[in-house]
Amino acid sequence: MTDTYLKLVNAQPFSRVAKAAGLPRPVPLRRYVPGAPLVPGPVLVLGRSRSTQAAAETLLEWNLDVRRHLRPKEKFGAAVVVLDDLAHPGELSDVLLELGNGLRNLLPGGRIVTISRSVASGLPPQVAAARQAVDGMLRSLAKELRGGATANGILLGEGVDVGAPSVRDALEFLLSGKSAYVDGQFITVGSDSGKRQKPAVLPLAGRTAVVTGAARGIGAEIVNVLRRDGAQIIAVDVPAAGEQLAQVANGAGGTALQVDITAPDACERILQHAASRYGGLDIMVHNAGITRDRLLANMDEARWNSVLAVNVEAQLRINEQLLDSDIFDADGSIVCLASTSGIAGNRGQTNYAASKAGVIGMVRATADALAGSGRTINAVAPGFIETDMTAKIPFATREVARRLSSLQQGGLPLDVAEAVSFLASSGAAGINGQVLRVCGQNLVGA
Amino acid sequence: MGGNRIPFARSGAQYAHASNQEMLTAALDGLVARFGLQGERIGEVAAGAVLKHSRDFNLTREAVLGSALAADTPAYDVQQACATGLETVIGLSNKIKLGQIESGIAGGVDSASDAPVAVSEGLRRVLLELARARTTPQKIAALTKLRPADLKPNAPTTAEPRTGLSMGEHQAITTSRWSISRQAQDELALASHANMAAAYDRGFFDDLVTPFRGVSRDGNLRADTSLEKLGALKPVFGRNLTGEATMTAGNSTPLTDGAAAVLLGSEDYAREHNLPMLANVVDAEAAAVDFVHGKEGLLMAPVYAMPRLLQRNNMTFDDFDFFEIHEAFASTVLSSLAAWEDEDFCRTQLGLPGALGTVDRTKLNVNGSSLAAGHPFAATGARIVASLAKSLAEKGSGRGLISVCAAGGQGVVAILEAR
Repeated sequence: MTDTYLKLVNAQPFSRVAKAAGLPRPVPLRRYVPGAPLVPGPVLVLGRSRSTQAAAETLLEWNLDVRRHLRPKEKFGAAVVVLDDLAHPGELSDVLLELGNGLRNLLPGGRIVTISRSVASGLPPQVAAARQAVDGMLRSLAKELRGGATANGILLGEGVDVGAPSVRDALEFLLSGKSAYVDGQFITVGSDSGKRQKPAVLPLAGRTAVVTGAARGIGAEIVNVLRRDGAQIIAVDVPAAGEQLAQVANGAGGTALQVDITAPDACERILQHAASRYGGLDIMVHNAGITRDRLLANMDEARWNSVLAVNVEAQLRINEQLLDSDIFDADGSIVCLASTSGIAGNRGQTNYAASKAGVIGMVRATADALAGSGRTINAVAPGFIETDMTAKIPFATREVARRLSSLQQGGLPLDVAEAVSFLASSGAAGINGQVLRVCGQNLVGA
Repeated sequence: MGGNRIPFARSGAQYAHASNQEMLTAALDGLVARFGLQGERIGEVAAGAVLKHSRDFNLTREAVLGSALAADTPAYDVQQACATGLETVIGLSNKIKLGQIESGIAGGVDSASDAPVAVSEGLRRVLLELARARTTPQKIAALTKLRPADLKPNAPTTAEPRTGLSMGEHQAITTSRWSISRQAQDELALASHANMAAAYDRGFFDDLVTPFRGVSRDGNLRADTSLEKLGALKPVFGRNLTGEATMTAGNSTPLTDGAAAVLLGSEDYAREHNLPMLANVVDAEAAAVDFVHGKEGLLMAPVYAMPRLLQRNNMTFDDFDFFEIHEAFASTVLSSLAAWEDEDFCRTQLGLPGALGTVDRTKLNVNGSSLAAGHPFAATGARIVASLAKSLAEKGSGRGLISVCAAGGQGVVAILEAR
């Protein structure tokens, strides 16, 4: 679905009219292009803690133009703000005011990334206040940025330092074009698991991935991105979607497996296929999902049950068998598709939101069980994404929905796929039980 | 190693505007997707069509070029009427056994909807003469030979060139000869539909069929049919014969569009590519009968091929767990079974010491056959081979026997065994 307004507002004469009238002015987002620089300009590293230097050194290893201070009016592409040793809310002002001072010089498509510590129980109140303050600050800052720039944070868990592999991975993801539609979000790194030390061209090389619901839309895009990142693909969808599924599989050099994921033997068939054709399975992406929208007052049993069956019950059943199996790698990653509907709710979607909130509950509980095992499970929660599904929304509603995010536009299936690939990489092994929103900081439920 | 087909559709229905090349390409692409063969050079692809346009002289090669297979995959066309698909399997598996190729894709396609329509013989002659004419008077002279009747095109028919009788009328003679009852034919048709519907429901076709043009199940399949519904249909063949006409649209296969393909390979090829090994192609035999002079029924040739095949392999019907007898008409299957059970016929016609034997009906066409799926002539053999190979792999042991009758009084039979 083309965003006509986005095209109009970025061309004369309408761009001048829109500016004068104070209309939303979304810009084309900076997305990942293989071989292109990680960030569009110098990276400013701010912070008072000892870890600040470690962060700067990581960026230097990636051959970035790293600055500890900016000259007046110098443009910059990103700022990494290290706030990992906050003891009191009062300590925020120095660093943040310095950031604010230069903010007008942030390039279009720029990135602000904070690195701070997660709020755990048992902290002294002033420490908890300082850490929580980062949350409110960052979410507000993200809403202030324009020109496709985003602000996101990395939260360090207990005992995790700035140099942990998954911190580096999350930092790379958030600085890059891969996180174009991730805005105002935090990624918690809970452990120092993970191996990767520098940006890899093929982060998923040698891994085999199953993507359910792969025949179209977001699923097809996930297949393409996982393949681009080096994974072998098993594309799964219901037999009725086999024609498109075959095209997707052929485009990605993978195999098409026609399975209804709600069938009792679905996991067995997936595992058997993975074992016989690829010698095992490393990544499971639960993308398949359906909507059967109705107000609860008009809801029937078939609509309610089918949505729950496909969107959450099938994932529960498959995960149980998957995690019991040796075919699923000891360092395997599960990535589930949730939805901002499951976080904030959506009129007419009690069934869908129930299923997607259920996925979030499942991810968190499963993550607890997997802690320390090498395997991880995470969720990606897309907001308004331009797909065949959202193209069916009535025009006016769709236009409003698009402009309701900080980036003033819908995301692309690619944006969701990038987040999935990031969470599926072995570098993200220190990230477990997280729900990463890809919603452009949608104001509804943000 | 596996197979793939597109769902079969009734002639003039969903695939009315799909060409043979498109359908065969779709069947190949689905096979490529199922087994991850993108860009793979296959030893050889053999396929064919019975109803074929002159522009499709290189049909299989063109389909390969349009598919996700490597462009350096060679291909050739085969045409043996309804036995085309099975014959491609036999030809390629023989090449593999000889070590000439490591892998092959066998298949077939037919469109009764997109059938070629030829100009009349008179118009054809005039057009050729016109092309040869050099001067205007010569051109005018050529055109004056044109008669109004020449403008009527020759529509394709299923009539036998030497008898002018349609396949159904031929079979009606055989049906009458073996006294096959209407009830027995309808029961066989019902079993075909019920078996195939059950197979779809248990997901048997999930890795054998890839949807095409929005169709995900065979258009001819009637899961809800009954003996009452089948019994209510009026006979369409054999109405001019003495005795009761018993062959209806329900117990005869309709004209059908569709395509099917089978992946074949050596053991080494399968191991190197981590591909499944479902069944071995053991042996095959072809036969033909003289139907022109009325010595035998048009579709009875497999009856003659069968004892030769069994004898060569030192087997009887008891050695088989599955029988796949192509249901051109319900009565074709029943006539064949009756002939093999008839001591007198087996002695005098097949030269056997007694009856060949009885086919266990519980092992016959257990996942349905052409009466339910439909019958795109050249595609049927590949449909049967892929389904039987999967049945054998599911069982994990045993053998299957295939019998396919074909126009021209021909027939081909083959043995598969589980690995």
